[in-house]
Amino acid sequence: MSGWLQFALLLALVVAIVRPLGGYMARVFAGERVFLTPVLGPLERVMRTALRVRGDGLDQSWKQYARSVIFFSLASWLLLYLVLRTQGAHPWNPSDLASAPWDVSFNTTSSFVTNTNWQYYAGETTMSNFSQMAGLTVQNFVSAAVGICVVIAVIRGIARRGDGTGAGGGGGKQSPGGLGNFWVDLVRTVVYVLLPIATIGALLLVTQGVLQTLGGPITVGTVAGGEQTLSFGPVASQEAIKLLGTNGGGFFNVNSAMPFENPTGISNFFEMLLVLAIPAALTGTYGRMVGNRRQGWAIFGAMVAMFIALVVVITLAEGHGSVAQHAAGLHTGAFDGSTGGNMEGKEQRFGIAGSGLFDTVTTVTSTGAVNSGFESLTGIGSLVPMIGLGTSEVIFGGVGSGLYGMLLFVILAVFIGGLMVGRTPELHGKKIEAREVKLAMLGALYMPFAVLTTTALAVGTGHGRKSIFSSGPQSFSESFYAYLSQGNNNGSAFAGYTGYVQPNGNNDGAFGITFADLLGGLSMLFVRFFPILVVLAIAGSLARKRVAPPGPGTLRTDTPTFVVLLIGVIVLVGALTFFPAFLLGPVVQSLTTSLF
Amino acid sequence: MTDRPDRSLLDPAILRPALLDSLRKLDPRIQVRNPVMFVVEIGALITTVAWLIQAFGGSPLGGGHQPAWFAFSVTVWLWLTVVFANLAEALAEGRGKAQADTLRAMRSDTVARLRDGGTRPAAELRPGDVVVVEAGEVIPGDGTVVEGIASVDESAITGESAPVIREAGGDRSAVTGGTRVLSDRILVEITQEPGQSFLDRMIALVEGASRRKTPNEVALGILLAGLTIVFLTVVVTLKPFVEFADADVSLVTLIALLVALIPTTIGALLSAIGIAGMDRLVRRNVLALSGRAVEASGDVDVLLLDKTGTITLGNRQATAFLPMPGIDERDLAEAAQLASLADETPEGRSIVVLAKQRFQIREHDLVAAGAEFVPFTAQTRMSGVDYGGRRLRKGAGDAIERWIAELGATAPPELRVELDRVAGEGGTPLAVARDEQVLGVVYLKDIVKDGMRERFDRLRAMGIKTIMVTGDNRLTANKIGQEAGVDDVLAEATPEAKLALIKEQQAGGRLVAMTGDGTNDAPALAQADVGVAMNTGTQAAREAGNMVDLDSNPTKLIEIVEVGKQLLITRGALTTFSIANDIAKYFAILPAIFAAVWATSGSADGPLTDLNVMDLGTPESAIISAIVFNAVVIPLLVPIALRGVQYRPVGADALLRRNMLVYGLGGIIAPFVGIKLIDLLVHNLLGA
Repeated sequence: MSGWLQFALLLALVVAIVRPLGGYMARVFAGERVFLTPVLGPLERVMRTALRVRGDGLDQSWKQYARSVIFFSLASWLLLYLVLRTQGAHPWNPSDLASAPWDVSFNTTSSFVTNTNWQYYAGETTMSNFSQMAGLTVQNFVSAAVGICVVIAVIRGIARRGDGTGAGGGGGKQSPGGLGNFWVDLVRTVVYVLLPIATIGALLLVTQGVLQTLGGPITVGTVAGGEQTLSFGPVASQEAIKLLGTNGGGFFNVNSAMPFENPTGISNFFEMLLVLAIPAALTGTYGRMVGNRRQGWAIFGAMVAMFIALVVVITLAEGHGSVAQHAAGLHTGAFDGSTGGNMEGKEQRFGIAGSGLFDTVTTVTSTGAVNSGFESLTGIGSLVPMIGLGTSEVIFGGVGSGLYGMLLFVILAVFIGGLMVGRTPELHGKKIEAREVKLAMLGALYMPFAVLTTTALAVGTGHGRKSIFSSGPQSFSESFYAYLSQGNNNGSAFAGYTGYVQPNGNNDGAFGITFADLLGGLSMLFVRFFPILVVLAIAGSLARKRVAPPGPGTLRTDTPTFVVLLIGVIVLVGALTFFPAFLLGPVVQSLTTSLF
Repeated sequence: MTDRPDRSLLDPAILRPALLDSLRKLDPRIQVRNPVMFVVEIGALITTVAWLIQAFGGSPLGGGHQPAWFAFSVTVWLWLTVVFANLAEALAEGRGKAQADTLRAMRSDTVARLRDGGTRPAAELRPGDVVVVEAGEVIPGDGTVVEGIASVDESAITGESAPVIREAGGDRSAVTGGTRVLSDRILVEITQEPGQSFLDRMIALVEGASRRKTPNEVALGILLAGLTIVFLTVVVTLKPFVEFADADVSLVTLIALLVALIPTTIGALLSAIGIAGMDRLVRRNVLALSGRAVEASGDVDVLLLDKTGTITLGNRQATAFLPMPGIDERDLAEAAQLASLADETPEGRSIVVLAKQRFQIREHDLVAAGAEFVPFTAQTRMSGVDYGGRRLRKGAGDAIERWIAELGATAPPELRVELDRVAGEGGTPLAVARDEQVLGVVYLKDIVKDGMRERFDRLRAMGIKTIMVTGDNRLTANKIGQEAGVDDVLAEATPEAKLALIKEQQAGGRLVAMTGDGTNDAPALAQADVGVAMNTGTQAAREAGNMVDLDSNPTKLIEIVEVGKQLLITRGALTTFSIANDIAKYFAILPAIFAAVWATSGSADGPLTDLNVMDLGTPESAIISAIVFNAVVIPLLVPIALRGVQYRPVGADALLRRNMLVYGLGGIIAPFVGIKLIDLLVHNLLGA
């Protein structure tokens, strides 16, 4: 019961956040003064000067904006790769960790630059404190910022009128077809959105007992008489942005299941709130920027409806336990009893509800932080994270990327819906024509295409099978999940599937499984940047379109009917593309009486 | 409206050639134009080879252990799927072809007589040639009457048997090649290039020869191609997935799954829907000269309608004589009658008629009495007669006032009062003067046609704003606008004002439709997104518009809009239906493929057989039932594709709800029932 209350409270807080945070971000990106301007204004100016942006910057066309995004991300990639490969020369390396091999570094670099945070490595035994702070945490900020910048540019494309006027300005001078300035947006995102919230978040996490130190590991004697090495590090600062930026890459290998990352039920709840805050609030930002707040709420409503359904499924499934557990007599109580259900792979301090909810939150968003073991979920339970990913990370989704992914589906839904009411489809009065449909199809269908082909390569070749740990349907699930997760820039894992063999604690004799590292790394890069190019191209073409005033024959996109259609399109695309894979993994697992 | 008869689809005259056509269209060079069906055809080719190999003793291609009859059945049904798709298109084209043949039969191969002597075959006439046509002869080409008046039988193109009048000058000067002159003699200046006559274009149109994909059709085509690629990925990657689970799946099964998943239903019917849409317009006697215009008509936001002849009966009728104080009503009536005798306009005639009705004033033979008529000009805006030393004038109030002033007198103040009163009541006042004396006012009344209000209400429900365009003053225009129930009025309209209004609406992002017939409508017709020219109108108007209404019924736009909307709705509904079908097909085929996956030792059935929710007989019968359903649903939906999904003007949200329920939810449920029924037949009766 308390589990449902926790869920209700979380939902209520998320709903409460949308308006103030959404409105705040709308003002920030319009270049207006906000209450933090007096404090952070100087920092913004310093960063602008460092990036050589004059005034409010040039109003970039979609191509210029995309070029800036790609240039910035490429530079980030090279810098991070350099940091990871030169770990031996770093300060703040108390355990004297050597660099991971090149292929693992390739995967890790691609992973953090794409806001995926897929980790083949174990943080505490691979990364020095310097790599964690100057390398990974920096990317946690800027890769998240890139996602937010892109969605803001896309919203401007929708909101502006064909002649370059209208809502959704960036503060500077607007030009026809312009989408704002990437560098200005980047600085604003980091300075006004991510930094302040992450700082407060880190401090709150510290109050719950999350670590924050530059000290090295200590070795303690355990109660049983053995010795244990406890890794320490600057955890809280990375933890807050890991969640706020929907990154998910943990300081420690076991991520948010580790007491130093997520010590209490309260920190667990707060971490979930941090994850949902920006993706949810961006719907409010959208509504404000296009001048129709109902529209923002409609999209939020579609997200929440699917989110609730998934949470209900995983909570019931985990509470019930699997068929095989029942058959093996491992189930110890009725569903409503306190001891029943599937506690395998879960932390006692979070319980079934706190784990299932976290699992859903982390996979509907592109976070991928975990506080329990996905491979230990029941078959139906493990279907929930897979559906979160299989629906293209648009149920809240990643910061920015969730909303722009959702807008692709909105365009497809508008197209189908427009046909069904007998009118050339329009989004906010802008006609959706062949070019937009083509781009939206490319953007929405690239993910299933990439995930299915990479999974097929992984399970169909001997190279791929080297990474597999489990047997039975689980072996398929973990392979599929690895590419589903990387192919959605999520980063969570069905533990077991590996691209890195690390026999010792200090990288001696460690080697990467090149195939898995490269396939996953490339998949993350493509699935991040291809849709970004697509949505920016759509925004560029929408920005130039005339706006037709709505009439009674216009399909409204802010009604419950449209929300149902939107959900239908998302679920149908996800279900139809991944149905066979779902059957072969989680569904067969849920039906079999064998314990795999 | 003169609807052409709707021929039955099973009419052998259409069905037989359509069947042949559907085989001819198996040519891959034709199929490749439709990516979805092209994939099916390639699939059918591969399964044919697979079956042949198995039939000659080889092992099934790509693994699996299904019997040869399975490969054979799949092959047959895949080919049938392609044939059904071709048949749908051929049937849609066939109905047009039947009409085209009738039209072609009447294309004249006559020899035209030129005005300046000599003859020339009709097919070689060029623009500028002037030909003579007399009673009983067929007009050799499209053109404008430059001299004379004649009654013309246009039933061949309009289906309307009553003859129509065509005369030089004015708005009824256009004639169409292939129509027949019934009486009198006219000179016609040809306006068409050889081979591009109205009739030629009409034939090309109904035959679908000139059909180009409309923008919306292109966008939908992209959507369907995208889905096809994704399903191709799903099916290709399924092979390693299944093998990873230590099971096997044959090539034939994979192809069957692919064909079941890709949107064949809409892919098969897409072009038939487009052709049938044009055909529906033709049957409503509208010739759309571009498919784009038909599609655009579904999006129309604003409709401009001429008042005269459209909203009101073409002619205003004199209904009362209103004398000035001290003037006898009979005196006024007599003057008005004399001033109108030479006025052949309907208004003029109605004054004469009224005078006769009220006071038995008969027509005089004025010419014999030495009368001199003063015709109406745009400058004076008066007409009248000089007779017996008196000058009688009738005209617009301000024109008469000016005339009085020019004669050095002033009009009585009562005139202005009376003029305003008539205008305020929606009538048109005509002042009548004898020399410098104002006699009174003739009350001309506009009669609003029956049923106009209902039609405008229907347009409003469709989301279309109506604007009445008239040369009347604002007061009169507003009154009639109110009476007719239009949303807005453009009064004192000039051709420039009309054009400006259209441009202004378009700048606001609205799509504008207008109907018109006169030469001065041509610029506005060309500017409007949907311009419907009346067939009775001038050649200039017919050239400028992108549709021609053969019935010359200005409110035909309601039907055109409905057809435009139906076209999109039908595409959207069948796309939704097609994709929603996939869920049931998955539930039929995947349990069949995965039956043995992770089976516990000693059992043939693995855990995934639980997903056989339809309880289909065997894996083979399940797969066959799914693709039989997939094929059969195409001919079953042909009537909907050709007739179009019904459109109701109930607002976008309600319409979407309804169609989502019927075609979305229905599309999910229907195949579960259908596949189960087919399986009962295939499995229980045929033993598969």
